[in-house]
Amino acid sequence: MTTRILATEFDYLKPATLEEALKILAEKENVRILAGGTDVIVKMKVAGMTCDYLMDIKGIDALDYAKLDDKGVFHIGALAKLSHLEKDPVIAERYPALKEAFHLMASISVRNMATMAGNFCNASPVADSVVPSICYNAVLTLASVRGERTVPVEKFFLAPGVTVMEKDEMLVDIALPQPEANSGDAFIKKTRVRPDIAKISVGARVIRDGEKACFCRIAMGAIAATPAYLEETSALFVGKKVTPELIAEVAAHASASIRPIDDNRTTAEYRVAIAEVLTKDALTEAWRNAGGEL
Amino acid sequence: MSNLLPLTLKVNGEEKTFLASPHASLLRVLRDNYYWDVKCGCEEGDCGTCTVLLDGKAVKSCITLAHNCAGHEVWTDKGLGYNDEITRMIQDAFVECGSIQCGFCTPGMIVAAKHYIDHGGIADRKEIRKAISGNLCRCTGYNKIVDAIYKVAVELGREVR
Ligand SMILES: Cc1cc2nc3c(=O)[nH]c(=O)nc-3n(C[C@H](O)[C@H](O)[C@H](O)COP(=O)(O)OP(=O)(O)OC[C@H]3O[C@@H](n4cnc5c(N)ncnc54)[C@H](O)[C@@H]3O)c2cc1C
Ligand code: FES
Ligand code: FES
Repeated sequence: MTTRILATEFDYLKPATLEEALKILAEKENVRILAGGTDVIVKMKVAGMTCDYLMDIKGIDALDYAKLDDKGVFHIGALAKLSHLEKDPVIAERYPALKEAFHLMASISVRNMATMAGNFCNASPVADSVVPSICYNAVLTLASVRGERTVPVEKFFLAPGVTVMEKDEMLVDIALPQPEANSGDAFIKKTRVRPDIAKISVGARVIRDGEKACFCRIAMGAIAATPAYLEETSALFVGKKVTPELIAEVAAHASASIRPIDDNRTTAEYRVAIAEVLTKDALTEAWRNAGGEL
Repeated sequence: MSNLLPLTLKVNGEEKTFLASPHASLLRVLRDNYYWDVKCGCEEGDCGTCTVLLDGKAVKSCITLAHNCAGHEVWTDKGLGYNDEITRMIQDAFVECGSIQCGFCTPGMIVAAKHYIDHGGIADRKEIRKAISGNLCRCTGYNKIVDAIYKVAVELGREVR
């Protein structure tokens, strides 16, 4: 038979409720969560990932949602699939940069299985849905038998594949605040062919107050060990009259502040050079989307 | 830990019970049980030759665990061809347009095309290219595959005006 077997052996667990899942995480050692499996199964086949228990959370129907709460915050449950989210009317209207990221991710046959929470928890520096989520000030809810806690997305990642989640914790909810009036955003991703992992990606969101921005968040993928929030660079854009010169200055700062590496997708040199161009384009688009003129 | 467990799936319209280890991918279980129209290319989710419909949606069976699909409905290209009019049309169009050379990518391509047409796909070459972007073909250069799917969309009255 030609098909390759998973190199690791494990017990397969399928809890039906969140309580059951959290109990398993608390009581057993070396449990690996399986959502869509589009990272986990590949890593088990080709990267030597192992576990003693593979816990399939797809039976927990209560985590499959995408909905507004009564305060106007949009909540995405851990099991919401990308192919569902990319068609969600609230995301299309309020979070267009996120919608763009979904459309540029993988192919439909991957997006039919993959979850947004899985994209976060896999903690790749290139994770496409994370970059716009940083711009939107997303807040993550982590649950365990000890209770729940929330973490802003930019504090979630520690290193490639490593997050602040404790071993008994699980990501249950991604919350996106209601965007302010006069806000605008953009997401740009550079790849070799269309459905591919990013060489680099840039997200930007601004809130316009007349001719100035009173808020700015620029985020980048594939330029550091984790998806990155460029806090200092973003601050430079705030409180000044927005002109092509200001945008150029902020873009140059973005490019000067990153320390990317060479890898099989592209070189550090290219990433530094293109970061300036993409930041310029993303800020220009975000500013125009916020109703600003240049 | 690697004991075989019974697994009930509906494959190509028939309820089947297989014995499969918890580690087996859906691709492996299908091929072990003679569904040889489902091809195995890269095994890593890249090439799309293993694409099947799971509950009506195209997925890559090599990165889907078989036990994950317990109780669900799987259709392969061959089963669809005998039972589903749209797939029949796509298969015919592939033959008529010369979209098959070695044929290895074909079953996966047809399932991807079926997903596209089922979900409202129109006669738009750019959209069609996007829809099959998860499927690699080393022979045809894709143009004739796009032609075939385009043809079916036109036959279904989905021209763009
Ligand atoms: C062909 C192909 C192309 C791809 N292209 C892209 C791309 O362009 N851009 C991109 O960003 N990614 C891409 N990916 C990667 C992958 O599809 C995404 O990261 C996806 O969102 C992962 O979701 P999942 O549900 O499949 O996660 P899984 O594989 O099920 O899980 C991923 C990781 O997160 C953990 N996990 C999952 N859910 C939870 C939870 N609720 N709480 C705690 N831990 C959890 C798992 O244990 C695992 O470590 C691609 C993958 C493939 C196979
Ligand atoms: S064999 Fe499944 S995508 Fe290549
Ligand atoms: S016809 Fe040979 S791979 Fe497509």
